[in-house]
Amino acid sequence: MSALTRAEAEGLIQDVLEVYPEEARKDRKKHLMVNDPAIEQSKKCITSNRKSLPGVMTARGCAYAGSKGVVWGPVKDMIHLSHGPVGCGQYSRAGRRNYYVGYTGVNTFGTMNFTSDFQEKDVVFGGDKKLAKIFAEMEMLFPLSKGITVQSECPVGLIGDDIDAVTQKGSATLGKPVVPVRCEGFRGVSQSLGHHIANDTIRDHILEKGLDDDFVSSPYDVAIIGDYNIGGDAWSSRILLEEMGLRVVAQWSGDGTLSEIKRTPKVKLNLLHCYRSMNYISRHMEAKFGIPWLEYNFFGPTKIAESLRAIASRFDDRIKEGAERVIASYQPMVDALNAKYVPRLQGKKVMLYVGGLRPRHVIGAYEDLGMEVVGTGYEFGHNDDYDRTIQEMGDATLIYDDVTEFELERFVAKIKPDLIGAGIKEKYVYQKMGIPFRQMHSWDYSGPYHGYDGYAIFARDIDMTVNNPCWKNMQAPWKKELP
Amino acid sequence: MSQIAEHIKPCYPLFMEPEYRDVLSRKATECEEKPTQETLEEKFLWTTSQEYKDLNFQREALTINPAKACQPLGSLLCSLGFKGSLPYIHGSQGCVAYFRTYFNRHFKEPIACVSDSMTEDAAVFGGHKNMHAGLQNANSLYKPEMISVSTTCMAEVIGDDLNAFINNAKKDGMIPNDLPTPFAHTPSFVGSHVTGYDSMMEGTLRYFTLNDMAGKAVGSNGKVNIITGFETYLGNFRVLGRMMREMGVDYTLLSDPSEILDTPADGKYRMYAGGTSIEEVKDAPNAIDTLLLQPFGLTKTKKFVEETWSHPCTRLNPPMGLAWTDEFLMRVSELTGKGIPESLELERGRLVDMMGDSHAWLHGKTFSLYGDPDFVEGMCHFLLELGAEPKHVLSHNANKRWGKRLAKALEENPYGRQAQVFVDKDLWHLRSLLFTDKPDFLIGNSYGKFIQRDTFHKGPKHEVPLIRIGFPIFDRHHLHRSTTLGYEGAMTIVTTLVNAVMEKLDRDTIQYGVTDYNYDLVR
Repeated sequence: MSALTRAEAEGLIQDVLEVYPEEARKDRKKHLMVNDPAIEQSKKCITSNRKSLPGVMTARGCAYAGSKGVVWGPVKDMIHLSHGPVGCGQYSRAGRRNYYVGYTGVNTFGTMNFTSDFQEKDVVFGGDKKLAKIFAEMEMLFPLSKGITVQSECPVGLIGDDIDAVTQKGSATLGKPVVPVRCEGFRGVSQSLGHHIANDTIRDHILEKGLDDDFVSSPYDVAIIGDYNIGGDAWSSRILLEEMGLRVVAQWSGDGTLSEIKRTPKVKLNLLHCYRSMNYISRHMEAKFGIPWLEYNFFGPTKIAESLRAIASRFDDRIKEGAERVIASYQPMVDALNAKYVPRLQGKKVMLYVGGLRPRHVIGAYEDLGMEVVGTGYEFGHNDDYDRTIQEMGDATLIYDDVTEFELERFVAKIKPDLIGAGIKEKYVYQKMGIPFRQMHSWDYSGPYHGYDGYAIFARDIDMTVNNPCWKNMQAPWKKELP
Repeated sequence: MSQIAEHIKPCYPLFMEPEYRDVLSRKATECEEKPTQETLEEKFLWTTSQEYKDLNFQREALTINPAKACQPLGSLLCSLGFKGSLPYIHGSQGCVAYFRTYFNRHFKEPIACVSDSMTEDAAVFGGHKNMHAGLQNANSLYKPEMISVSTTCMAEVIGDDLNAFINNAKKDGMIPNDLPTPFAHTPSFVGSHVTGYDSMMEGTLRYFTLNDMAGKAVGSNGKVNIITGFETYLGNFRVLGRMMREMGVDYTLLSDPSEILDTPADGKYRMYAGGTSIEEVKDAPNAIDTLLLQPFGLTKTKKFVEETWSHPCTRLNPPMGLAWTDEFLMRVSELTGKGIPESLELERGRLVDMMGDSHAWLHGKTFSLYGDPDFVEGMCHFLLELGAEPKHVLSHNANKRWGKRLAKALEENPYGRQAQVFVDKDLWHLRSLLFTDKPDFLIGNSYGKFIQRDTFHKGPKHEVPLIRIGFPIFDRHHLHRSTTLGYEGAMTIVTTLVNAVMEKLDRDTIQYGVTDYNYDLVR
């Protein structure tokens, strides 16, 4: 059951498009669809990963955000330099909740902001000399760092700096990886290209430069790929994999380290959570090192159990039994959670708008709670993401790509969901409209949401938000109509 | 089996459970090639030393943990304060996503702002096309009364000309000719968010008045204009209005975002609310004077107002604390001929009363502080009035001249003699200062919490508690709604400071059966 009939949903899209100037309308039409789970290929009905229209209020970020904020930033024992003006590093400092533990400022650097703080003279004369000096100063103050990445901001690519040469020299001098990342914000159309660029630089500047020869692998070694440890997600995932008998030797990249990256080419299987941001490196390791990769989903008990069994199927009976043991051991907890929360959430309708994975991956968790996702969309998904989404969503539900503030607000006004899961730029719009809202990027300062322990927190959070009494007070009592 | 349905644990305390301690410690020892605990402790202690401080202050190229942001953040805040204004930022879209998020986190409010999403082709050919389509789309969808245009560094590096682009867009019918489009170039590699505010303010005043000065006469509308500069305490806009109303002074706040950044939850989303109207801006040259509450942060605006409006721009200090609020009110009184009413004198008396009540807890306490230049200067001045002693006074985005002037003023005050002023230094510098020369407290924004944690790690007696006054404040709720200017703001600050002192004392003396003294019921 969707919130609307197919005709109503199509009409809604038409109405929303009406306001656009003609060119823009033609473009936006291609990014909005009414779902039909029978469709096999999304490219026939939705366009994605295209430039955002100017002036429409997209929620999208940039390549720098995809590289520094998502892929590289969480590698905790390297220093990530925001190379360019001061803003980018400041806005992206310590806000993502990609948790790690360490001696920050000594051997880990995740919540710090290192920047070359470009001034006018750097733009005019170039920043290469400054960059070289920065490497020396980093080494002087942070000798335990394992390496450096240079996260390029817009001006770097526009003024013709040769950061490749400077980093190469820096790496030779320091005897550590110094990685040039050309993730200037104007490249590509969203965070997505930044993910790709970052993946490629890990390939070229880490994996290609020599692996961990001393590392002794085991037949049960796996790596967690594309888990950024938001609120500790990778930890509540890791614990399940270890309980079933596997050995997790690397986390990419939440709470990750350089050494974990370097030993990954020796694992037996790469486990890929965020396909969008790390499929590139998974494909590379498959081609180059023959390591298979498997997409999995640790949101909600249904998908967790499916995933544990799929993972176990790639190993021997010991692991298969391990998976069954793990699933069985958590079943009482899941039953108790569902007994408590499903009656409070049954039948509630949810609309989602997230980044590149969660618009499809969290659907199962909501369904485990008896809820229904009636609209979803990606900020920076590609069509392979939509291929995977169509099957997860019900008939006549709405799917929207790079949705504008204007469109989402009108979709919500019509559908009147019981909950919206999106980002902080959307949060306060909908809370003011009286619609319960959870941030699905940062877990709204909660989490973890991955794994069985995470599901418990997810259930608690969704219940507290959907059923909190605050939403009933939108109207002053003297304005309320008499019954 | 960690979770129990009736008692669900989030990150903390979940990850304190033995099974997670075990998982994490195995990860650390088996996978991370982490230095030994002894090495970590030893290196940590080294980072707290005088030797490290000296190395740290040798830095010439690297900035670590800055205490400033970039220009367009400031232009966005300025734009939000005008009625029906849609902030529009010409350049890369990621910047706008960051600005919106930054303000969302601080104000817990929606922030409407569009970008024209320039990408690689625009880097080559310029952002002309983006501006055309962007203005048209933004106007069609969001129907603003005005579009306030500023820039990201991408547009600045390639040299896009806002004036020409906007005019062409109008000529080509993308937006109506009469849709106001104030604009300002706001390169992020010059100055800081404070500069961006100043630039956008100047651009807006210029746009609406430069060619409309005929018939304007200073003082003819009997009003006083007030410009706050980059100001994030919503109470400050309100208290300024209240003081003016109590004085019977007609006033215009040029840029007033106190409505749009504090809209109600009543079932409706407002993209526009409150703000200074275009008519008020156009009428502003007719005022008696324009008072700039951030003298350091509004230099461009000052120049324009002096030269084009011929306003005296009466020199003021930021109206923080007692004497500088007195000064502010007296200047307004002199300018308008309106007396300072008893209600404000009463309020002043209440503040003095509070300062007397609390003096014994604040006298001689040392405070290190950082933030935007005018805030830091105002805060310093008020600390001196309380008999408290500024210790490290740091403003990343101030200049040497400002630093010298403030150092001199501190030198001349018995409570300011031990103060050291730092400009163009960052929070990693400040960390070294706090380790090598400990103050009692640190005043600053949320980023200071990392310094507090580091000092605590060295040992409880080294801990420097953070008192959150500044911007941004992400990790406490609703503080942005309070007031720091005027007598009212001073009351908030005294209350905050004195209670921080007492809370610290309670934490220090909470040991049962040990420190049973000074853990007092009555203070």
